[in-house]
Amino acid sequence: MTTSAETPTAAATLKSRHLLGIDGLEADEISLILDTAEAMKEIGGRAIKKVPTLRGRTVVNLFFEPSTRTRTSFEIAEKRLSADTLSIATATSSVTKGESLLDTVRNIEAMSPDMIVMRHSSSGAPHLLARMCRSTIINAGDGMHEHPTQALLDAFTIREHKRRLAGLKIAIVGDLMHSRVLRSNVALLNTMRANVWACAPATLMPSHIAEFGVHATTSVDEAVEGADVVMMLRIQHERMHGHYIPSVREYFTLFGLTPERMRRAAADAIVMHPGPMNRGVEIDSAVADGPFSVILEQVSNGVAVRMAVLYLLSGRDSMDPLDVH
Amino acid sequence: MKLIVKGGRVIDPANGRDGDFDILIDNGVVARIGKDLPVEGASVFEIKRGWIVSPGLIDIHVHLREPGQEHKETIATGTASAIAGGFTAVACMPNTEPVNDHAGITEFILKKATEAGRARVYPIGAVSIGSKGEQLAELGEQKHAGCVAFTDDGRPVATALLMRRALEYAEMLGVPIVNHCEDPSLKGDGVAHEGYVAARLGLRGIPGEAESIMVERDISLAELAGAHVHIAHMSAQQSLRAVRAGKDRGVKVTCEVAPHHFTLTDDSLDGPVKYDTNFKMNPPLRATADRNAMLEGIADGSVDVIATDHAPHHIDEKMVEFDHAPFGIVGLETAVPIVFDRLVHPGRISLTRMIELLSVNPARVLHLPGGRLDDGAPADLTVLAPDLPTTIDAGKLVSKSKNTPFDRWQMVGGVIATIVGGKVVYRNAAID
Repeated sequence: MTTSAETPTAAATLKSRHLLGIDGLEADEISLILDTAEAMKEIGGRAIKKVPTLRGRTVVNLFFEPSTRTRTSFEIAEKRLSADTLSIATATSSVTKGESLLDTVRNIEAMSPDMIVMRHSSSGAPHLLARMCRSTIINAGDGMHEHPTQALLDAFTIREHKRRLAGLKIAIVGDLMHSRVLRSNVALLNTMRANVWACAPATLMPSHIAEFGVHATTSVDEAVEGADVVMMLRIQHERMHGHYIPSVREYFTLFGLTPERMRRAAADAIVMHPGPMNRGVEIDSAVADGPFSVILEQVSNGVAVRMAVLYLLSGRDSMDPLDVH
Repeated sequence: MKLIVKGGRVIDPANGRDGDFDILIDNGVVARIGKDLPVEGASVFEIKRGWIVSPGLIDIHVHLREPGQEHKETIATGTASAIAGGFTAVACMPNTEPVNDHAGITEFILKKATEAGRARVYPIGAVSIGSKGEQLAELGEQKHAGCVAFTDDGRPVATALLMRRALEYAEMLGVPIVNHCEDPSLKGDGVAHEGYVAARLGLRGIPGEAESIMVERDISLAELAGAHVHIAHMSAQQSLRAVRAGKDRGVKVTCEVAPHHFTLTDDSLDGPVKYDTNFKMNPPLRATADRNAMLEGIADGSVDVIATDHAPHHIDEKMVEFDHAPFGIVGLETAVPIVFDRLVHPGRISLTRMIELLSVNPARVLHLPGGRLDDGAPADLTVLAPDLPTTIDAGKLVSKSKNTPFDRWQMVGGVIATIVGGKVVYRNAAID
């Protein structure tokens, strides 16, 4: 594994048996996950992209909210680690029959899975499971709360390009109020001592943003000025009608990331987006597909980071060595 | 049938009485209050040194859930919970199934309460049919059947016009309108106080202004109608400011605060157990400044009543995602220890003021009998022990539901006995 000089020392293990959020992770635990992901990324470059690390382990992906990217990423990560995996989406679950979340999960648990990866529209849903169930819970996005593996893959991608997180100016622009990606990224980047700039229309700024430990602004130009990283967040279609934004056109005019605006950023800045993108709404295609963009790298790195998380939470490190080299 | 409550300090603020007295009860009413009354022919309830005898405590904001939601609570279990908490009377909210918007339902509730034979029950009827906020319910008929006030609790009276008419009509009947103040559009689908905690936990927020905007509206409308409005479960500092201003200019406005709103803050949502639905109630637990404002309002007299907003919910309903859990907690059995522990012992209020907040004023606000120990009045008494160590055990609550945020709290102060109509209906098993 390679670690740069600026990278803080990595912990030996994770303290919690769940990954519910970035909140609660120490800097050395974040470094451990990112370092482990570097080793995992190498597996993805092999002709035979599979190691036996989680052979015999069962991982259930429980997605109560539509997701293509995150679910696929977890599934590929699980398969590369040789876990037996099963994905359940809401449309095919008993939730539509009125079964409670706890009953659904307890029924799945009766079949002895080792880990449950869950995406849910309610903030705190994974915390309920962690409290009431036996399995290791990995949060794949809960409501507006956290999306920890997204923040980890973002940090991994930034680290690949910048070799560090501390001291970087990172602008996060978009619907911050409803964004779990924002909350996880702020928690992670603050822990790793980056300078986070949060930019949103006043109507989509989280309340009490002053207490988040970020620079808050409604000016994209100010946020992008000298930025090392510009992270654009999606504007949900349902926010485009009603009270938040007068029109898509006006949003793009005031907040859209254009090549002109990117000229304010650092010369070697990178542009990120967790997807799915609304081209011409929050981001101009010339930027999304341009030289600054690392958007598809984020997707590739997502698999490595999720492999690292699955591995570290599997408890395998106490049994036999990881067969990656 | 005579009972003598012997010895002990009697605090009866409405009669300016505070001292060691015996109370002779004959045929369910107070026959005599005096020093060293003869015990002959009466059974004796011995009051120990340090105990307090108070006019029966009255909780004017209780959800008994019957008819229709008997899996949460019944009139029998709710009144059992009331007497275990020291309350001799409760006023019950109309958001049952069906809504208590009709004299027939009021009569049903009163019949069930009589059968249960525990605490007195005073139904509060719905302002509008089905509490839908459209058409005024038959307030006169309901009052005749026994309703003591009107509210669409759980839902605010959303339009100013309906609120105005309800206030005018209720004033004609001589009863107050109790409003759950909350602007529906500002509340949206909020589940927690709009503060830093909710912002960080990704919970949709309800700002204090959602409450205070309607408090201000209702005070203006009460002024316009020359009527009495009672603000239910006040939680926001902005609302308290509005109430103070209304009282200062002579508007007939009274208000109540629930124990959780002067004890807890939204920080509890981010406690050792995050997203614990036993901390989800409406109005939500607010910021420290709001909690402190409620303590101030209680101490300086701006707050008239402490009422629990006892809102039982079945564990199956609460053991779900935070967004999906119903609002509310049980409160009848935790109120007295909290008031002693958080208000009396820290010196925020006197024992006399405690009894005003829990007995005298609740009776005054809803024009109920009780709240005072007059000769010939029904003998409703609560025996309190300010120094009794009390540990809350959710599993042992008498209420059918156990949804309390105060589980395992250790406090000082409790209830020794509850006497309704001269009958000792509750005695604390931990004492002798």
